[in-house]
This record gives sequence, C-alpha cells and structure tokens, in this order.
Amino acid sequence: MMLEKIKTDIEATVPGCLLEIIPNGSPSGQRSLLIEPSHAVAAARFLRDNADLRLDYCSNVSGVDWLDTEISEKVTVKTLVDGVEQEIEETRKRRSPGHLEAIYHLYSMEKKHGPVILRLRTENRTDKIHLPSLTPVWRSAEFQEREIFDLYGIIFDGHPDLRRILMWDEFEDHPMRKDYVEPDDYEYEPTAHDDILTKAKQHNA
Amino acid sequence: MIRAITEPIDEELPPSFTDGGDEGELLEIALGPHHPSTHGVFRMDVVLDGERVVKLKPVFGYLHRNHEKIAETASYLSSMPYTDRLDYMCSLSNNWAYALAVEKLAGLQVPERAEYIRVITAELTRLQNHASTIGFLTQEMGASGTPLMYAFREREKILDLFESLTGSRMMCNYMRFGGCRVELPSGWLEQTRKVVGAFPRFLDEYEQLLTGNEIFMARAQGVGVLKKELAINAGVTGPMLRASGVNYDIRKVDKYGIYDRFDFKIPLGEHGDVYDRYMIRMLEMRESLKILNQALRDIPAGPIMDAKAKIRGFRPLAGEAYGRIESPKGELGFYLISDGSPNPYRYRVRPPSLINLTVLEDMCRGYSVADTIVIFGTVDIVLGEVDR
Repeated sequence: MMLEKIKTDIEATVPGCLLEIIPNGSPSGQRSLLIEPSHAVAAARFLRDNADLRLDYCSNVSGVDWLDTEISEKVTVKTLVDGVEQEIEETRKRRSPGHLEAIYHLYSMEKKHGPVILRLRTENRTDKIHLPSLTPVWRSAEFQEREIFDLYGIIFDGHPDLRRILMWDEFEDHPMRKDYVEPDDYEYEPTAHDDILTKAKQHNA
Repeated sequence: MIRAITEPIDEELPPSFTDGGDEGELLEIALGPHHPSTHGVFRMDVVLDGERVVKLKPVFGYLHRNHEKIAETASYLSSMPYTDRLDYMCSLSNNWAYALAVEKLAGLQVPERAEYIRVITAELTRLQNHASTIGFLTQEMGASGTPLMYAFREREKILDLFESLTGSRMMCNYMRFGGCRVELPSGWLEQTRKVVGAFPRFLDEYEQLLTGNEIFMARAQGVGVLKKELAINAGVTGPMLRASGVNYDIRKVDKYGIYDRFDFKIPLGEHGDVYDRYMIRMLEMRESLKILNQALRDIPAGPIMDAKAKIRGFRPLAGEAYGRIESPKGELGFYLISDGSPNPYRYRVRPPSLINLTVLEDMCRGYSVADTIVIFGTVDIVLGEVDR
C-alpha cells in the first residue's frame, strides 16, 4: 500500500487537509501520515469507508510526549569590527516547542492489509492540547483515547465519555508525561499533627 | 454498595418489597471489585431494572502500575521479564509479541529452530489458556469446579513442560531479541509429543461433558450476542471476533514467524453468542494441536540465537515499530519508539483484554445479572493486562 497514494487521495476528497509523510529510520520501515487535526475526522471517515482502503479496524492508539527541545544553529552575522564590516559565525540557541502526539494504527479486516499509521499533534504541551476524537469513527479508540487523556492529558473533543480510566478521578497530573514528578507521598494529608510540628520547630529555633 | 437512583425513600421499605410495584425503580450496583468472577480487581457499575441490565460501565485501574512508564526507564531487555506479568496466563505469547516488535525495530533475524520453539511454546500456551477459560466459564455458570479441574489437570502438564524449559511455570521470561534464551532440555520434545498426543482425548472428554449439555446450552445459546459490524468497529480481536463470524486471525494475515508453513484452519462462529465463543475456543484448541504436531515433526537442529543480536549495549536506531501477534486473548501488540538510546523513548502495549471489554455493555444490555457474569467470562480477560 502506497502512503503517497493515500495522501493524494485524502487531499482530493478532503479539501484543505494538510498532510505530511513522516519517515521512519528503523528497519521496520513503518512510515506514518501526519494529519492536521481540524480535518482529521473527515480524513478518518474517508480511510474507513473508501472501497479500496476499507481501514475498518483501528488497532492501537498511543500517546507520545515530545518535550521542548533546544536546537543550536550556526548563523553568520555581519558586524562592524573596528569600523570594518566582517562576517562572523555565531551559535544561536532556539527553543523548539514540544507537543503531544496521538498515533493511530489502522488495519483492514475486510481487505487484510495494513498498518496505515496516522499521527495527530497538539500545538504545544500546556494550553493548546485539544485533538478531535476519532471514537465516532472507530469505537475501539474509546478506552484508548480515555487512557491517553488520563496519562498524557490530551483532550479529545467529541469523545462520548472522556474520563480518567486508570488513575483515580481525583488525581491531578498526567503520569506518562516525560517531565512528570511523582509526589513524595501519595497519601499525604495535612493534619493537626503537622501544625504542632511546625510550632515545635518555631519554638526550638 | 447498593443505592437507588430515584428519590431516596425515607424509613419506608421500597415499593417493590411491599406491593410488588417495582416499575421504574432503577438500582445501581457495583459488581466487584471483590466479586469472584471478576478475577480480583475489576468493577462493573451496573444499573438494573429489576433483574435486567440497563447500563454497564466497566471501571479499571485497580491493578494499574504504569508498566509503560517503568519500561521507558529500563533498557529494552529489562522489560522482557515484565511482559510476563501482563497476561500472566500466557507469558510466552507476551514474550513473543515484545520480541517481535523489538526485532522489527532493530531488524534482527530469528533462526529457524528458534522460530519453531516459539511456535510450539505459543501454541501450548493457547491450549492451556483456552482450556482454563472454558473451565472458568463453566465455573461462572455454576458448574462448581469439575470442568475447571479437568482443565487445570491438563494445564498442569503443560506448565510442567514450561518449567523444565524455562525454569518457571508461569513467569517464563524465555524469549530474547533474535531468538530464545536456552536450548531445549534433553527429552523435552518427546515429553511434549506425549502431552500433545494425549490432549485430543481430554478434548473429547471435555466436549462430551459440555458441548451437548442441556443446562450449558440453555445458559449459553442466544446470550450476549455480538454483531459482526460492531465487533469490527470496536476493535474486538481473538476468539471473540471470530465467534462473530469475522475471518481475521493474525497468524494467517501477517504470517509472522513461520505460520505460513503450517496447515491449519480458522474456525468461525455464526451467531456471536456465548455458545459460539465457547465452541470457537474448543475448535481452536484442535487446530493448535494440528500446528503442534507439524511443528514437533519438522523442528530442525541449529542455533537458537541470531549471531548478530547484542545482549549488552543494545541500542536500536532511532525510529519506531509496531509488532503484533495473535495471542490467545486477541491481538497483542507492542509499539516502540527508539531515540537511539538504550531505553525505549516510548513503549506501548496494545492490550487485547482491555479493548475487548469495549463492547461489554453492548453485549450485556437487556440480560440478567447472572448472564452478565457468563458473558463477562467469555471475554477472557486478565487484569494484569487490562490495567497494566
């Protein structure tokens, strides 16, 4: 199955959908298709219903956290040194913003081919973390998207039942994020005892 | 933990206890996490209208230990023993799925003999898993013990084989990237042939006990029907999917390992009910025996590890791979992203048990509580894999 052909087919049926083929450096050679979130549901419907593709089975949905990275680039700058213009090489550091990613592995049970891998990316890791839910297209994504919401914090718009699934409801952080710091004591609760300890500390000081 | 959803009734008995007027009274019950059929740590929040299930929400996470995060902090090989603990009934299948994903990621070849050993151990795993699943299913129907003990008697023989091969009965930790850990002990193949040769007799006996049993048929037929379209859309895999009549077995589709060399059939169901799911497992065991007989006949001599595979300092190139196998529960997949370091950047398990539960509510709606337990039994889950 040619990913290039799928790309042009989606571009033809879903106008304005931006796609990019992501290469894969490993010997597995499983390349993937990066889809712009705003057109993802339409593109997913096309992949599922197209008579040649019939990707009726969404096998696996996984979240990935990509941290902000620092990229150092060498730039040539023109500066005046002792009144003479010179070209000097300078190293500049640029912060490339991180993002969260949801990756869908699609197969076809009817045609028995696959996988076609879709990637959806959020804009950043902090406030723009919405992605469209593909559960209305493939119900197998229901629990898996809930899991990504729980462990990575991606908010899937259009999901029928977006709740935490593995962690308890009162839990606040997203433990699969790369910068997650676990609390020292999960069951810590402030008690009167702590106030007394503080007082004692002040008294002894 | 029982409470009425409608207005609380102060002091008085609910109407159903006094005058039989129970219409419109919905009851919310937490089935589990201590219910004996829920394997210890699974809860279903059920809304009942009388005896009928109106709503059912599975609740997960009691056994959650963030296996995926732990694997990201450990080297590739260190996660291998941990995969045993996912679906602890089928540790060798889990080993294979993980090894397959890493082999795809790193481009390793598996020697012929190792492939045969993998097939033999995986099919033995399937035999003992299906036999016990049917045993547990009958247990949940009220057949106290007997069929389950029949299954466990056979499972014991297979676990003995695993023990003599890997040193452990359940936590086998046997496969490695590019092969298997140790050579077969002397006499192991003969013993396996003996166990495999005696297995059809057990299956006949088991079937005689259950397949035509009137009570079993009354409890199983037409109960918990799963439609083909829904099964596909909800990503149901394994015997449950095939019981609904979808011809999809990864051993045939992907032909991973050396499954293209064996002659075996894929049994398919017609109705997608509890009885079909039972029958599919029975038939799959017979097909597994066919594969085992062929594999035990053809297994060649040779090395069991890829000479190029590195045990120490294993660092796959940056990239990603998804590898999947047909585990006894369904499609077990591992998705790995490497950034070139000794640890995986992302390690994801695609758990068949969890995703097969997506349709639990659809199958149980309209049936009684007793049927719900039976339907749940045919999904065949292990909580170690559901919660990870």
